[in-house]
Amino acid sequence: MSLMANWSWNVQNPEADWLAWLYDYNSRLVIIGAILLGGAAGTIGCFTLLRKRALLGDAISHATLPGIAIAFILANHFGFSGKSPVWLLLGATLAGLLGIAAILAIRKLTRLKEDAALGIVLSVFFGLGVALLGIVQQIEGGNAAGLESYIYGKTAAMSRFDVQLIGVVGLLGIAGCILFFKEAKLLCFDEAFAASRGLPTTWLDVGLMALVVSVTIVGLQAVGLILIIALLVIPAAAARFWTDQLASMSCIAAFIGAASGGIGAIISATFAQMPSGPTIVLVCTLLFLLSMTWGAKRGIAIRAIRRQRFNRSISRQHLLRAVYELGETTTGLSAANAELGGGFSQDLPRQSVSFDEVLRKRSWTKHQLSRVARWAQRQELIELIGDEIRLTKRGMLKAKEITRQHRLWELYLITHAEVATTRVDRDADAIEHVLEPEVIAELEQLLQGTPGELPDSPHLLEVVSADVTDTTVNERGS
Amino acid sequence: MLSSLAWDWSIDGWIILTGILCAVSASLLGNFLVLRRMSMLGDAISHAVLPGLVAAFFISHNPQSLTMFVGAALVGALTALFTDWIRKAGQVDEGASIGVVFTSLFALGLLMIHWVADRVDLDPNCVLFGSIEMTPFDQLTILGAEVPKTVVVLSVVSLLNCGFIVVFYKELKISSFDPASATAGGFNATLIHYVHMILVAVTAVAAFESVGSILVVAMFIVPPAAAYLLTDRLAYMIILSVLLASVSAVLGHIGAISVPGWFGFRSTTTAGMMALSAGLVFFLAAMFSPKHGYVVKVWQRRLLNWQILSDDLVALLYRIQAGDRVIAPRIRELAKLLLSDTYSLWLVSNWLRWKGQVIIETGHLRLTEDGVSKARKLVRSHRLWEQYLAAFASLDTERIHDKAEQLEHFTNRELRDQLASATDLPDVDPHGSLIPPEEE
Repeated sequence: MSLMANWSWNVQNPEADWLAWLYDYNSRLVIIGAILLGGAAGTIGCFTLLRKRALLGDAISHATLPGIAIAFILANHFGFSGKSPVWLLLGATLAGLLGIAAILAIRKLTRLKEDAALGIVLSVFFGLGVALLGIVQQIEGGNAAGLESYIYGKTAAMSRFDVQLIGVVGLLGIAGCILFFKEAKLLCFDEAFAASRGLPTTWLDVGLMALVVSVTIVGLQAVGLILIIALLVIPAAAARFWTDQLASMSCIAAFIGAASGGIGAIISATFAQMPSGPTIVLVCTLLFLLSMTWGAKRGIAIRAIRRQRFNRSISRQHLLRAVYELGETTTGLSAANAELGGGFSQDLPRQSVSFDEVLRKRSWTKHQLSRVARWAQRQELIELIGDEIRLTKRGMLKAKEITRQHRLWELYLITHAEVATTRVDRDADAIEHVLEPEVIAELEQLLQGTPGELPDSPHLLEVVSADVTDTTVNERGS
Repeated sequence: MLSSLAWDWSIDGWIILTGILCAVSASLLGNFLVLRRMSMLGDAISHAVLPGLVAAFFISHNPQSLTMFVGAALVGALTALFTDWIRKAGQVDEGASIGVVFTSLFALGLLMIHWVADRVDLDPNCVLFGSIEMTPFDQLTILGAEVPKTVVVLSVVSLLNCGFIVVFYKELKISSFDPASATAGGFNATLIHYVHMILVAVTAVAAFESVGSILVVAMFIVPPAAAYLLTDRLAYMIILSVLLASVSAVLGHIGAISVPGWFGFRSTTTAGMMALSAGLVFFLAAMFSPKHGYVVKVWQRRLLNWQILSDDLVALLYRIQAGDRVIAPRIRELAKLLLSDTYSLWLVSNWLRWKGQVIIETGHLRLTEDGVSKARKLVRSHRLWEQYLAAFASLDTERIHDKAEQLEHFTNRELRDQLASATDLPDVDPHGSLIPPEEE
């Protein structure tokens, strides 16, 4: 509540709380800074994510602590103001670069893997930093130097200089990414290929890491050294759910980063009990969860819906073929059917079969069948007349097409893959739904069939009718 | 300076014991984090327990109640679970999914600290960095002895971790080195994974008061990583990691008290110095490990180079003395011929002089009797190899020299005899040079 009391805006106006950030200079500064930082971190995070170095920022941000402490001690010793962010950021940068060098050295010179290298550098550097902070506190004014703000972040106290720094570094970082976009892309997706094309992969890698270091360091004061990792990792990971293109991914990541920075800062400016650093990160997490479920490319919900839709279409196709083949084996069973199917030419099979017949042909339960039938009915592929399933005109065409694909594949398997005739039905069952028109054309050519003509089934079709309980076999030779 | 080293066993003894227990309990579990390449999951869990800690602290108001451990264990398991879920369901790279989960949980924790700050006395500094210096003052009475609470808690956790490793040793071993066969082996690798992660969280909580939730990562990863460089056997690695962790803890406390004194400051945080000395121990292991140490490997390579150079020098001198080559046997000229630098050659020729194989007279090198016999064997090896390679490997005559030059250094009497008999005891090599006999 103390934050609110400081505001010059009339607090008695109930709407004031929501829009206060618009009029307060400091809040605006913080919001702009957070947006810039989120955007820059999001863009650069994409490259580290695809490089499978998402946690590099973690190690670097922890590694900066001793640099900050040493810079403070040295600046104080030589009579400069230790509070000046220039010295502290310089120290942080040097320590961060040293941390990277240590990670690379451990990976190259020992048999430890990347994860251990990151963990060692992170914890040992941080330990040194904590030990040095213990000393800093003994220096006059060390307690009040606000070095702790580098650990937790003091977004609410961001100064004009901080925002300018974030702006400059962020824009430089984004410019660097755009300038070396092609090279960075190659590095991320196929390092060996990039090297074979003569690209200086090591230097590109170093450049990328330098970008991570610079963003980490300008972000330290804004959200603190642990939460800056979030801005480097989460927007990029969230953007991955929306697209497969690197360019659009980095734009989306920049947007998500900027949005969480902006929204988080606004929330924090509005509610005194929401400190800005954690709020920004939690907004970011929320956007990540949204992307993870609803992302257009890889989102969980989208994938589930797509899968369900596919499964439904497969079931529908199975139903259509079952109805068609049943009709084929028992043409002209009843006069009533012939009468109902009056609209179709005479050589077409019977168009109406009962539920029981389909049930016996496919391994569906009654419940499943009625569900599949309902979906098909909704698409006007079949009509349900009492217990009978009848193909509509569209359904008939579709059924014929499916059956044709099925049989072409069966024939192909028999003649070219030498699969036993009795087994092809099952094999063809799986593939008939995903055959492209070109493949069908090729199959026709291979099997010397005429386009559009429906070949006979190469194997025996089971005859099941409503009143015949035991299965008889009707041989249909060619 | 040493006078400022105020040492009081009743306080420093307890601090060191706390540090050792902390380091040991963490490094026991850390072995499997390092081996299973999950070090960063350990880091993530120790950050992510923060919200669990705050919630439990808010409920129980007691930093060492069982609620704390339950809360931490829950959050630890959740971290592992969320990471797994995001990785699998969202098809996100493992590092990124760890990053997403732990930063989010940590942010939640900070927010919660902020909310309960005026009702609960929980200093985030204390959670992150710990205050091992304060542990001796919070004591319990057990069997009539005053023992700090932390020591009791950490002992229990150490025993728990020890028990876990002893009981599931075989399963942990298999799932560390061959996860696929662990699944095929019929035991539940997933269950062991989650128990492991829960124990990591519990250890992080037990240690948070003494070394803080971030520095416990140093104890999880650094001593096992150092042990991994020192041995190739799992059992030794575990024992070594425990020893190294204890050494770092002791060094850390001594360092915290004495090192700042050299620069005119009072003592600093023991927890930070413990992490730093663990780093120092790791550095030493990485440099001087007998098998995998960098310096050791460089030194071995250098020794081998000198060995080969000395062989080459002796053989060259032999050829000069036999009249095959006309050149003044001075170090500078010889170095140029052997494609070496004068310093290395000076070193090697002095070594040979010390072994009595070479004498140096007015800057000219000459083989002694010993040197001649050694050189004869080398030249014999070289020319036999040339003969053999020409006869059996059907290499060009121009190319056999280089191969023979490599092989001659690793050829003993036995091999020479075999080569000779395989090539029908030749007198001359393919270039027409005489193959010297084994003995004069």
